[in-house]
Amino acid sequence: MRGKSSTIAIVTAGLLAGCNTHQSTLAPFGADAADIRHLFIIMLVGAVVIAGGVALLMRHAVRAPEGSIDHRKGMRIVLWLGGIIPTVILLGLLAYSLPYMKPRPASPADLTIAVDGEQFWWRVAYAPPGRPPILSANEIRIPTGRTVAFRLSGGDVVHSFWIPGLAGKMDMIPGRINSLVVRADKPGRYRGQCAEFCGLSHALMAFDVIAMPPAAFDAWLAEQARPARPSDTPGARLFAENGCGGCHGIRGVNAPSRIGPDLTHFGSRRTLAAGILPMTEANVASFIRHPEKTKPGVRMPSFPQLSDDEAIALARYLQGLK
Amino acid sequence: MSLHAQDDPQLRAAQEERLRAVWKPPSGVFLRWTDTNNNRVGVWYTLTAFGFMLFAGVLALIMRTQLAVPDNDLVSANTFNQLFTLHGSMMMFLFAVPMFEAVSIILLPQLLGARDLPFPRLSAFGYWSFLIGGVFVGGSIFFNAAPDGGWFMYPPLTTRTDLSGLGADIWMLGLSFIEVSSVAAAVELIVGVLKCRPPGMRLNLMPLYAWYILVVAVMILFAFPPLIAGDLLFEMERLLNWPFFDAARGGDPLLWQHLFWIFGHPEVYIVFLPSIALFAMMIPTFAQRHLLGYPWIVLAAVGTAFLSFGLWVHHMFATGLPKISLAFFSAASEAVAIPTGVQIFAFIATLWAGKVKWSTPLLYASGSLAVFVIGGLTGVMVAVAPFDWQAHDTYFIVAHLHYVLIGGTLLPLFGGLYYYWPLITGKKLSDRLGRIAFWIMFVGINLTFFPMHLSGLEGMPRRVFTYPEELGIGWLNLASTAGSYMFAAGVAVLVVDLMLSPTRAKSPRNPWNAGTLEWLAHPDDEDWGIRSVPLVESRYPIWDQKDFVAKVDEGRFFLPDAEEGRRETIITSVLDAKPVSVIRLGTPSVKPMMTAVALGSVFILTTYHLYLIAALGGVVTLGCILWWLWDTAEIPEKPEKPIGHGMRLPLYISGPAAPGWWAMFITMMADATAFSGLVFGYYFYWTIHPDFGAGFDGPGSGGPMIALALSLASWVATLTAREVHHRASVNAARGLLVAGAVTAIASLFAGLRCLDGLDPEANVYPAIVWVLVVWTVVHAAVGTIMQLYTLARSMAGRMTPTHDADIRNITVYMHFFALTAIVTYLTIGLFPETGL
Repeated sequence: MRGKSSTIAIVTAGLLAGCNTHQSTLAPFGADAADIRHLFIIMLVGAVVIAGGVALLMRHAVRAPEGSIDHRKGMRIVLWLGGIIPTVILLGLLAYSLPYMKPRPASPADLTIAVDGEQFWWRVAYAPPGRPPILSANEIRIPTGRTVAFRLSGGDVVHSFWIPGLAGKMDMIPGRINSLVVRADKPGRYRGQCAEFCGLSHALMAFDVIAMPPAAFDAWLAEQARPARPSDTPGARLFAENGCGGCHGIRGVNAPSRIGPDLTHFGSRRTLAAGILPMTEANVASFIRHPEKTKPGVRMPSFPQLSDDEAIALARYLQGLK
Repeated sequence: MSLHAQDDPQLRAAQEERLRAVWKPPSGVFLRWTDTNNNRVGVWYTLTAFGFMLFAGVLALIMRTQLAVPDNDLVSANTFNQLFTLHGSMMMFLFAVPMFEAVSIILLPQLLGARDLPFPRLSAFGYWSFLIGGVFVGGSIFFNAAPDGGWFMYPPLTTRTDLSGLGADIWMLGLSFIEVSSVAAAVELIVGVLKCRPPGMRLNLMPLYAWYILVVAVMILFAFPPLIAGDLLFEMERLLNWPFFDAARGGDPLLWQHLFWIFGHPEVYIVFLPSIALFAMMIPTFAQRHLLGYPWIVLAAVGTAFLSFGLWVHHMFATGLPKISLAFFSAASEAVAIPTGVQIFAFIATLWAGKVKWSTPLLYASGSLAVFVIGGLTGVMVAVAPFDWQAHDTYFIVAHLHYVLIGGTLLPLFGGLYYYWPLITGKKLSDRLGRIAFWIMFVGINLTFFPMHLSGLEGMPRRVFTYPEELGIGWLNLASTAGSYMFAAGVAVLVVDLMLSPTRAKSPRNPWNAGTLEWLAHPDDEDWGIRSVPLVESRYPIWDQKDFVAKVDEGRFFLPDAEEGRRETIITSVLDAKPVSVIRLGTPSVKPMMTAVALGSVFILTTYHLYLIAALGGVVTLGCILWWLWDTAEIPEKPEKPIGHGMRLPLYISGPAAPGWWAMFITMMADATAFSGLVFGYYFYWTIHPDFGAGFDGPGSGGPMIALALSLASWVATLTAREVHHRASVNAARGLLVAGAVTAIASLFAGLRCLDGLDPEANVYPAIVWVLVVWTVVHAAVGTIMQLYTLARSMAGRMTPTHDADIRNITVYMHFFALTAIVTYLTIGLFPETGL
């Protein structure tokens, strides 16, 4: 049984150290994730005690000489250890966990963020009360200290919306809208990821999550509402000539589209291709030419005909959309 | 008993000679595969399932290699998705469930002191179906065509033909075929347990393994059909574009999830309980005493089965269902831990009270208990809905389910292998290699799966072909990969031990000194199963009944002879095992194999959209089945025969005393369960979607009522035919059978008339009406064939008023057909559109 206790020590050390702090249920930045971590630690302690107890009992039972308990005593062990004690423990656990199942109450003043999962990106629409929705993609910003209501749906297939540090996951199902109300408590940069298998590049469907102090958030949201300024750079011309606008909307430049991610403030995002590549000029240029190399099964067609210079020019234009 | 006829050694030798001749296996390159004896079919079945397990294990090793380091590109996303889909599907459908059935086919007749199972040819049919379907599904990966939508196949990803290819059809049709064979085996095992016990073995004297088989087979009967119903809807959507799961046309992807998990959760217990059953046989042997708390264990097994059908929603905690149902299903999911606890502590208390003989099988049992307890405890954690919202679809679940399945299925099975190997081969496996294999596997398992708890909590979702370095879980994954290779090495040692077996010497009979009937098996065993069918008075007759083994061997119990040169076994009553009759068993035949090939061709050709040839295959299948059935329920040359001790038993029975009647009844229970899965679909749409059917015309009420009236007329005709036939009015019965067939055909056309003007591609409402009606009229067609078959039997003199099994069995079918017609036509006729 020495093996057992050293295992426990390793686990505890692992839990305390933490492997990462931006996509971990054990490093919460939101109220719900913190609650669930608390619930988990309580259950973990219980589980370790029970597992150890059963192991010791088993060892004792195998070693005990014949007849060390009689039939009546044996049946009492079955009744108490197999029946009554587990029932009591489980009832206790159920009673303790029930309050955690209640959804967090939302208020009408909450910011609503509609997120649709698509193969393999996220359509995001911020809907502050009383104002028109603001379309974005692949990055979610939320204010700290306020509740936020997500309205989640699947555009093509089933996806699941999961920000481990913020709250539990919620599936995004075509034809349904699921609601998830959360509250972030600690500002910072985090990461979320699709948790329901959704096809070829399921593993490559993530997003950045940025929790901001309320004032900074309000300023940022106001900035997001602003349309892009039309420009006549080579990159902008390439964007028009190659028909990029057929799928990608840039407010102030072309009509909004639901086919591909909105690019109005593309340059202000940290990552490219739904949380997969750092937002660098080289990455943007090579993604445009061969998106399927980064993301198997991606819907975006490749543009191998673009020259190096053209791709760079296009990337520069897009990155300029702050 | 002193002047017993069996005292004469010459008589005994003559009996043995006759038995040997009767049970002689077919020989020859091809003919040996037409064998139906449970000893051989069970061994083929077991080896095939074991082979599929090794194959699926290799798939897992490739996955672990890909995941050893972050951002790896050993295999493509496409290959990886095929790997995990096939790994899960094969382990569940081609290993865990068939393995239980295979082992049971070997063990059950031995445990019950029967010569064979009641329908040996059905076992053979199940095996060939399993082999064909398994090779079809598993082999697809070599053509880069394996299913890649996950073993749960959630639509719309898998139903949209632009998002998923042939693999989805291979999964649905290939595995449906195997599900059919699983249900067939379940029917066989239930009838075996209920009707083939030795005289005196009342239900409460039955070995626990038989209880578990009964429970698990009944679970298969109720769990697989909803999946088969789901498969049907699924393929209708894929092949015919009927929108059952397409939200844009009124469908709902969640219906699949419900149907899948109504199957999927009981499935977990279907693969877990048989392993507990192996414990229940091994523990008393190694404690050298009766198992403690027999009735409690039986109740706990039944309770687990019952609860397992109320838990499916815990696989759907993150789908946004109402919170109140989450609380209910959390409670039910936690509750299932209680009967499991009762079973485990009964075993521990038995070991405590007994004199433990330490052995390799017991080592496996203890090890699996340790692994299983960890899986069980994490199971309680994920039953708590809020924790599941985090853990769901992450590596925490991967860890949990492998602890449960390895501790609750794989290791007990390996323990069972070491325990029962001498029973099957007459030779013991090596204790030393067994222990070495165990320890390598045990360390490997924990090294593989324990770190996964943490990688899941650190944000690693399931079914990802790679993960970024920034998650910091590279070292956890590397440990898992190293562990998986160690685990595989342990399995390799075990396989080597099995391969060395033929070189070893025979072990003594009953080497563990067990007390149950199966250990009557002799190392130099004969194919007849048991020399004479014993009178059982105890749960451990070898321990408790005086001179038991000698009496069996000397043929001093029942049926010690095969005077008429037929394969026979005793049928007893369901509750108290009073002898009822002797039945003649099916002999080796090519028919089961041919039927399996024909039926397999229907499923496989449909996968490739070759509908015309598939329909031809369907006709051939029907022909094979009728050809096969024609020999059954034969009228014996004499009404009864002596079985020893002055007892005479009839050679022909019909109605509820007969195994054939039970098989029909049980099959129809499965059929009705599948149908209720479809009806569930109708009411699911109706209750969940307020706009169900809006804007689409229904079939009205008149048409369905006419179809219903005709269906019921056919049922009444059959029922009346049975009664007048029993009163010896054979001509009246024949006339009524013709009338029944005519009205059934009329109901078929009347049913199809209801579908006029309903476009099943337009919306889910016409589509589900179509499915219900098609299901019902197909049953009308099958009913017609049965009525005409019965008529033919009567004309051919194979059915008479005193030998009327055929008409009694088809009446059971017609009861269920009438029920199906009532539910279908009332549902579509009286609950139309959004009315009411």
